[in-house]
Amino acid sequence: MARGTARRTPLPLGLVLPASLALGLALGYPLVRQVVLSLQEFGLAQQFGQAPEWIGLGNYRELLGNGELWPVVLRTVAFCFVNAGLTFAIGLGLALLMTRMSKVTRILTQCGLLLAWAMPVVAAMTVWQFLFDTEYGVVNWLLTALGGDFDGHSWLLDPWSFFLVATLVVVWMSVPFVAFTLYAALTQVPEDVVEAAQIDGAGARQRFVHVVLPSIRPVLLVVVLLQVIWDLRVFTQIYTLQKAGGVSKDTNLLGTYVYTLGIKGGDFGMAAAAAMFMLLLTVVLTAPYVRMMLKQERDA
Amino acid sequence: MARRTSLPVRVGADLVGILVFLACVFPVYWMVSRSFLPRNRIKGEDPVFVPTGGTLDNYRRVFADGSFTDALVTSLTVTLLTVGVALLFAFLAAVAVSRFRFRGRRTFILTLLVIQMIPAEALFISQYRMLDGMGLLNSVIGLTIVYVASVLPFTVWTLRGFVDGVPRELEEAAMMDGCSRTQAFFKVTLPLLAPGLVATGVFGFIQAWNEFTLAVVVMTDPAKETLPVWLVAFTDSRSRGVDWGAIMASSTLITIPVIIFFLVVQRRMVSGITAGAVKG
Repeated sequence: MARGTARRTPLPLGLVLPASLALGLALGYPLVRQVVLSLQEFGLAQQFGQAPEWIGLGNYRELLGNGELWPVVLRTVAFCFVNAGLTFAIGLGLALLMTRMSKVTRILTQCGLLLAWAMPVVAAMTVWQFLFDTEYGVVNWLLTALGGDFDGHSWLLDPWSFFLVATLVVVWMSVPFVAFTLYAALTQVPEDVVEAAQIDGAGARQRFVHVVLPSIRPVLLVVVLLQVIWDLRVFTQIYTLQKAGGVSKDTNLLGTYVYTLGIKGGDFGMAAAAAMFMLLLTVVLTAPYVRMMLKQERDA
Repeated sequence: MARRTSLPVRVGADLVGILVFLACVFPVYWMVSRSFLPRNRIKGEDPVFVPTGGTLDNYRRVFADGSFTDALVTSLTVTLLTVGVALLFAFLAAVAVSRFRFRGRRTFILTLLVIQMIPAEALFISQYRMLDGMGLLNSVIGLTIVYVASVLPFTVWTLRGFVDGVPRELEEAAMMDGCSRTQAFFKVTLPLLAPGLVATGVFGFIQAWNEFTLAVVVMTDPAKETLPVWLVAFTDSRSRGVDWGAIMASSTLITIPVIIFFLVVQRRMVSGITAGAVKG
């Protein structure tokens, strides 16, 4: 591809330089600082000028020992798996159904999905908050009309129904991406191969498992990976719902926990340690997918 | 794959499709229709499903406040700056990666991939500390710096695909006709890249326009809020009773540009993800 340009010129390096500098300044440097910060006592006193004190793994020890972290981590992982799982299952089902719909319905469905996908998170959050509003929410109205006792019911006070609402919003917003991507992949499965399998007597399920699934596997991997990453780091949804009346102590996920420790609580050392923990969790949970993807890249 | 679908399956699929359509559209419909309802009808005994006799009062209240306009200006400035700078930097890098072989090229590409996996929520503490140290909290420049870095990986990646797509032979032909290498690039390749630059720019716009986490951390001064931060604060100000009409009106206003731009790039995003993956 790049024949004849392997000459040693400084030009390509110069071209990469601005992007590298920007990434180094806004991501690389903070990352290094964060490692350092997580090893220091850096609370309110330090913000008012006292020199930070090295405490080694002290922040990590306190973090792991104070009994607050583990519930948050468990909640984060559970939330991530439930949401990523639901999103993936619904998205895949919908993608398969879209290959079976009549053209008009398919276009209609896709228009709806596009709208939900394009909606800014914050705007979507306000609408869903309104739908679940204690006094004027249409959900309470509907459930009461159906015979339930939901007049004035507040959804965000109890952690379980808080996360029910959060899950509903997250899944609503993320299904379109999965459905569209998988649908696009499904349309690229070569028709003759599927037909040949059918002639050879493969039933619908067999065709799906042995022909269709393997050929969309790479896309499935990407989709699952992205979903896991995105659902591990939900911040906006939880933060806005907490502001709208949720009890933050029992509803914190890692992102909002870091925020509570650092920005609100001023304990930047502890917050940095918690953030490192979050980074580690992301790496651990995504490593298998990344390995599979890299392997695929090599095999291709 | 859709040809040999039996009638019952098709009818079932169609029914689910219609339900999904309704589930997707209803919240959006609710937002837009509420934004035109007068206050007493939003807070009525029964919800108004088919609104008639609309009003622009909600929109008037949004603008009367003045803080919306301030946030709009901040958001526009940050977003346009981010798109401009990121597009320029990414374009240079994409050309380098696509057109040259050089030491460190692979490392650069791999770094871009890895960076995309770092959750922004895992870095905001130290980014906040850094901007604080530089005196750039509550500043458009500070937020732009962080945004550029978060948009760059994807931007370089997409643009690289576009540059790859322009055959080098075209440039070489122009050079045979007497253009210098630089001239050939600017006269032949650049115009062919225009759609790619637009698509990538629009994507960056949507990202920066919607971003919330960093904005809420970095822009704490109410006079410096971006639109998403402003909207959450506005929703949160319970003291005067929740003004759902105005909230729905401002949510609609924030959504409109995104919907418009989104329709431009959506197809490209999906095809970008699937094309590379399925055929490989």
